[in-house]
Amino acid sequence: MLFRLSGSPHLNVPDGMPLVMRRVIYALLPAIAVYVWFFSWGVVINILVASVAALASEALLLQARGKPVRPALADGSALVTAVLLGMALPPLSPWWLTTVGTVFAIVVAKQLYGGLGYNPFNPAMVGYVVLLISFPREMTAWLPPRDLTGFDITFMQTVSAIFTGSLGDGLTVDAVTSASPLDTLRIGIGMAKTVDEVVLSPTFGSFGGKGWEWVDMALLLGGLWMIYKRVITWHIPAGVLGGLVLIALIFHGIDPNRYASPLFHLFSGAAMLGAFFIATDPVSACTTPRGRLIFGAGIGILTYIIRTWGGYPDGVAFSVLLMNLAAPTIDYYTQPRVFGHGRS
Amino acid sequence: MTKPRKLWRFHGGLHLPEHKQETCHQPSVKARIPTRLILPLQQHIGQPAEPVVKVGDQVLKGQVVAQPSGYVSVPIHASTSGVVTAIGEFPVPHPSGLPAPCIVIEPDGKDEWTERHPVADYRQLAPAEVRNLIRAGGIVGMGGAGFPTFIKLDPGPDKTVETLILNGAECEPYITADDRLMREQPHEVIGGLMILRHALQARECLIGVEDNKPEAYAALLEALRAHPDGDGIQVVQIPTLYPTGGEKQLIKVLTGKEVPSRGLPSDVGVVCQNVATAAAIYRCITAGEPLISRLVTVTGQGVAQPRNMEALIGTPVRELIEQCGGYAGEVEKLIMGGPMMGITLPNDTVPITKTTNCVLVPARGELPAPQPATPCIRCGECMRVCPTNLLPQQIYWHARAKDFDKAQDYNLFDCIECGCCAYVCQSHIPLVQYFRFAKTEIRAQEHERKKAELARKRHESRVERLEREKAERAERLRQKKEAAAATTAGGAPDPKKAAIEAAMERVRAKRAAAQAAAGGETSNPAQQEPAAAETAQAKETG
Repeated sequence: MLFRLSGSPHLNVPDGMPLVMRRVIYALLPAIAVYVWFFSWGVVINILVASVAALASEALLLQARGKPVRPALADGSALVTAVLLGMALPPLSPWWLTTVGTVFAIVVAKQLYGGLGYNPFNPAMVGYVVLLISFPREMTAWLPPRDLTGFDITFMQTVSAIFTGSLGDGLTVDAVTSASPLDTLRIGIGMAKTVDEVVLSPTFGSFGGKGWEWVDMALLLGGLWMIYKRVITWHIPAGVLGGLVLIALIFHGIDPNRYASPLFHLFSGAAMLGAFFIATDPVSACTTPRGRLIFGAGIGILTYIIRTWGGYPDGVAFSVLLMNLAAPTIDYYTQPRVFGHGRS
Repeated sequence: MTKPRKLWRFHGGLHLPEHKQETCHQPSVKARIPTRLILPLQQHIGQPAEPVVKVGDQVLKGQVVAQPSGYVSVPIHASTSGVVTAIGEFPVPHPSGLPAPCIVIEPDGKDEWTERHPVADYRQLAPAEVRNLIRAGGIVGMGGAGFPTFIKLDPGPDKTVETLILNGAECEPYITADDRLMREQPHEVIGGLMILRHALQARECLIGVEDNKPEAYAALLEALRAHPDGDGIQVVQIPTLYPTGGEKQLIKVLTGKEVPSRGLPSDVGVVCQNVATAAAIYRCITAGEPLISRLVTVTGQGVAQPRNMEALIGTPVRELIEQCGGYAGEVEKLIMGGPMMGITLPNDTVPITKTTNCVLVPARGELPAPQPATPCIRCGECMRVCPTNLLPQQIYWHARAKDFDKAQDYNLFDCIECGCCAYVCQSHIPLVQYFRFAKTEIRAQEHERKKAELARKRHESRVERLEREKAERAERLRQKKEAAAATTAGGAPDPKKAAIEAAMERVRAKRAAAQAAAGGETSNPAQQEPAAAETAQAKETG
């Protein structure tokens, strides 16, 4: 009787990457729901458009590279990129904007570097930054929350806006969009107003951007659930949020009129999405525990710097890409002490 | 007894499904004498033993059939009486799946002992005598590694042993051989510990037992209480966590000390032995019985009646499985050892060796093969569970790229191949295989490098020798010329003087030749040397 030979271990967990990726998407669901509540259906359609574009371009490129298509699509990584990019774009972004960003993310940032596991940069953020640089007007056209506009944008109006540029009845997208809370703050500070004066504007809620603060709260919950489920470790989110709070605290302490509070920075813009869902992309992030803390802190601090003194209202995407660049070096210098080696 | 001992923990580790219930509650059964015994000459780390019997020889139970060769080696004994029927290559439990030299004995069924020399009071023996008896008993580490025990008991003149640890952790799933041993023969375990303590003159003795074996813990406590010399010995319950049974991990948990990388436990004043080894030592010293049998867990859904068997070393796996009700259902794999670190067997004629603690017979689907590997996404789960605190994801990256220097930079050789990383890998990457491959390649390269170095040295000494000979020839020529000049200058030569001169010249030449031969490489035929030198150079440049 002959038996099959194989190397140890002979036990392994059946869970695979698809489960991890599914959990990332589950963790985003509450935030998507809150997003829809405050800002209508745009985000859902963005996600759908991005998903179709991501899966199609991933399949095409895998085919061209002579790689098996089905298992790679099934791992869910392209879908996560699409959902994150869909979340990050303004809710009424034209369909072609979403498509261009997603295709660039999948084709250039991911597949041309060798596919999953080999991309040095976060694909969703590469797509986002390409759009931000190429289409600044579309990328800053944000919707105010529904209780500010005074009317609900219906599902059909959203579809129409995204695919035709008009909400119907001669109402253009431009007519309903406005600056994001961070942009409003930036413009206000630029006009020599104090932070307290700016946040009196109706764009702001109790502790962050109106509507956004609750989306961010849902993202925070989803992120904590991911840590609980061991989809991610706590290091990167702690680094990002800690770094952001620390530097915001310092400057807020120096001049509260010019520099917004840490709480405001946490709950406006992309801090939560970035900390839990973007920066934690394991492929392009640091991998050692200490490295992850440093990597996260770098993102938090760079985000603050770009928000406060840079040319863009938010800086999460740029910060993530800059820290991606530094990740291998950080990893090299933050190797943990191996058992039986001298204590450093 | 006393207040709970402070325990430490190591990084990572896993809580695995235990699968110990299948066998841990049933008393062990003595296995039958098999129809034939296959005794591999290498059942330990080090040099294989050398046969001292011939085919056709009658042997008695406990008789030495192979003697140690070299220091790191132990003898092999006949597990029962019978006739040597073959000495040759047979399938053995080895990761390579290749056959290896074995002595085959056909038992005569009489189970007749050779002369035994029990020691009435081990305390009358000097430590060195104890070590010699343990070596003569063929005792090796029975927890899996198979390192000759007598060497571990000789930590060297400049080292003192603070702590002697008995390893009763048995952390791998399915295996319960040590558990049963501690429950059924606690006095032998404690007795072995006493002998070890005496041999090492150890100050403190600890027995570490994982807390999923409360009965074993209780049995040892009971035996210890009954023993007159139980002072200074402590049975310690330790948290169940794979791989606590790893020597370095157990030492850390019990003492907080870390065995240095590439070092030995004795470097931190600790000696660690498996509980089964201790029991074997007890039998060896007090009954004069060499290591010829051991407890083996035969388990898995692929065997009808899983249980522990006391089997003679050399019993083919098949005969043990038959005594456990035979195969149950479809079996596609046989594992010797546990599911995390065990090796698969090519067939069931492979024998039980001194280090076999388990024969795992998984039914189809019980230990499914991993799904096809997908790319590493550096999620870091492997790092989180690594008991050595390595970065498996980085080592994998470099091993895959065959960048072995980098893999070593990331401390590849500290990997204990426990399999935690591969177990949790969400990309189902066979990480341990990559690490083994990299280690093997690095060792092979190192070997090549040493060979090239040797060839280079030979080449250099040859060149040196040739030059010396040339110089000597020139010197002789010069002397001859001078002598010729002197004779022409000094008129007619004296024939007697000339004869003496010539004789002295011959002696000088002979002496020079002898010197040249001694200085150069004589074992190597001269024709081969240029070839060796060329390969050496080629290897250095390439």
